[in-house]
Amino acid sequence: MNRMFAIIEREMRKFFRSPTLMIMSLMMPMLQLVIMGNAFGGKITGARVAVVDYDHGPEAVKLREAFDSVAANIKTFKTIDYEDEFQAREDVRTGKIDAAVVIPKQYSRRVYSQDAPQVGLVVDNSDQFMSGSIEAEMQLLVSALTNPIIQPRLANSIALEIVELYPYVNYMKFLLPLTIALAMYISVMIGGGMLYIDDKARGVHEGYLVTPITRLELVFGMNIAGSMKAVLAGISLTVIGSLMAGLGVIFHPEALLELFCLMVVTAIAFNGMMFLMMVRVDDPLVPRAMFGILNTLLLYPSGGMYPVAAFPRWLQAISVVDPFTYCVHGFKAVLLKDGGFVAIRYDLLFLFVFGISTLLIATPLFKRTL
Amino acid sequence: MSAPVTTLDQNVKAPPAPAPPAIEVRNIVKRYGTFEAVKGVSFSVANGEIFGLLGPNGAGKSTLIRMMTTLVPITAGNAIVGGYDVAKHPDDVRRMIGVIPQALTSDPDLTVEENLSIYAKLYSVPRAEREKNIADVLEAVDLVKWRGAQVKTLSGGMRRRVEIARGLVHNPRIFFLDEPTTGLDPVSRIAVWEMLDNLRKTRHLTMLLTTHYMEEADKLCDRIAIVDHGNLVALGTPMELKQSVPGANVVEVHFDRETEEWKQRLERLDGVTSVQAESAGFYRVLTSSGSKTTMQLVELAASLGETLTSLSVQNTTLDDVFVHYTGRQLRDETVKPVFTMPPRPGMQP
Repeated sequence: MNRMFAIIEREMRKFFRSPTLMIMSLMMPMLQLVIMGNAFGGKITGARVAVVDYDHGPEAVKLREAFDSVAANIKTFKTIDYEDEFQAREDVRTGKIDAAVVIPKQYSRRVYSQDAPQVGLVVDNSDQFMSGSIEAEMQLLVSALTNPIIQPRLANSIALEIVELYPYVNYMKFLLPLTIALAMYISVMIGGGMLYIDDKARGVHEGYLVTPITRLELVFGMNIAGSMKAVLAGISLTVIGSLMAGLGVIFHPEALLELFCLMVVTAIAFNGMMFLMMVRVDDPLVPRAMFGILNTLLLYPSGGMYPVAAFPRWLQAISVVDPFTYCVHGFKAVLLKDGGFVAIRYDLLFLFVFGISTLLIATPLFKRTL
Repeated sequence: MSAPVTTLDQNVKAPPAPAPPAIEVRNIVKRYGTFEAVKGVSFSVANGEIFGLLGPNGAGKSTLIRMMTTLVPITAGNAIVGGYDVAKHPDDVRRMIGVIPQALTSDPDLTVEENLSIYAKLYSVPRAEREKNIADVLEAVDLVKWRGAQVKTLSGGMRRRVEIARGLVHNPRIFFLDEPTTGLDPVSRIAVWEMLDNLRKTRHLTMLLTTHYMEEADKLCDRIAIVDHGNLVALGTPMELKQSVPGANVVEVHFDRETEEWKQRLERLDGVTSVQAESAGFYRVLTSSGSKTTMQLVELAASLGETLTSLSVQNTTLDDVFVHYTGRQLRDETVKPVFTMPPRPGMQP
């Protein structure tokens, strides 16, 4: 047992002696949280929309006034007058402008005669986010103009009353669970993957192998140390990330305990997985080469960025065995929903079983000789 | 009732049984697929002896040491270290030995003392002894004032001393060193030699070291085994090995003019056993008497009216021993044509 603690001691001393490594493994996910949280969370503003008015009638003027109102208030887009529909379409295609509205001749007349009036909207649908935002805004405008000024006494359409269970979740809050998981994963990747192989290549393991340490002590020593580093990364990210995102859950002792349990089992799961992958690897280039692809393979199917239900079946299958899925679900349940142990029990169970299973498979594969 | 009979044999103490060797290797083989890295090597190392495995890179020295230190499984044969069979009782062997691998295995981010402490724990040295052992080994390798320094801040020679201290922190009986001075400058190398010699004297250690430095083997080792292509080609004390090479001296002579007859003329001199043409007018002459051959050479040159530009006499070195047994230079296998010594008359090929 003492020998196992000696391995843990060495690993932890080394970790605290490498502030660059420590900062990098914490700062990078934090940076990701800040950049992605702000990049994806915002609304479109200042889009350039051409207006080609062939009508010039009172209803067209009304429409243009509504556009001006948007430009002056929520600033989703601003309008630019065009004379020629073809030129406007060409400019949308080349990216000079983002969309074009075409008000056809006789538009006002058709509005008054209730003869199916139409306004054309040309969008660049290669950018779904931009075109979607402009379409949504235009739809709102058109609906507002279509609504009768005096409402009928009895509404003839069904209204959907939406009840939101939780306070508004901005993108930074939404991304926080994934970012914590990512920080822990990076810590494991560096501490359990790269450093493990580097130590092996440098001969540090050769030094261990000539001592009477057992295979089990060595494997558990390295993995416990790796898990401790990952938990430290998780705690740091949870505290700093929650404060940045404005989540007060970290001030609730019960939630803290749930988060800690989640971090421990996540660290065991990530370490077990990494150790299993690296147990027979000797080349220090391998973990570096794997880092990027493994990141994509584990992070994106987790449902942390996009719902699992939207994935094709094969990707959903990866999601089922991906420890990220359970860890992100667990962190979401505690950080965003305050769901308690009931909400995370299956996540805890899966991550624990996954971690122990991978370690049990990896231990006999670990060579006690060179 | 008869009185007990005391025989003479019961009263006389039996002569002490000879102490078992610290290391005994019998027909040890290591195969990697079809490649045989070590081909049935046998030798033994007595207690307190410094034993050297000498050979070029790739000769199989490190594989041998790794088999004896439990790092590499033995394919065939067996190795007994400290009385324990390496294959059957690896943990007992590990407790008995200290190993300094070729690579620097101490953690560069940790201090000297932390490295030693961690290894003491890995060897389960009790807490009470740990501090004392660390202090003792730091004293032995002259690193007391560097105990708090991170290993990465030390020079190459000091780092090698940390390695040696690390290998000694649990007071092993047998010490294995795989090329302990490789990569060190000459001054640091000599310092390590002196330190190892002191350690042997003060700690009564049995040491087995591998090296490709002839001088190191000559200076440090009581006995040397020459290993080449996985075979043990010679074994003995440095003196025995040198004496096994025909000719006691090497005379190097440089004439200012090359003629075709020089080689034949030199071979006809008394006591000369071999002549090797090194370059134009430059010959390496192996002789049983350096002084006699030198005199004859000078007289021969004078009688022919030739000029000697240089002349030197050296004793046989381990270099010559190595060349004699392997037919190759030690450091560089692909250099010039080999200097092959003819076998001594009556010697087994």
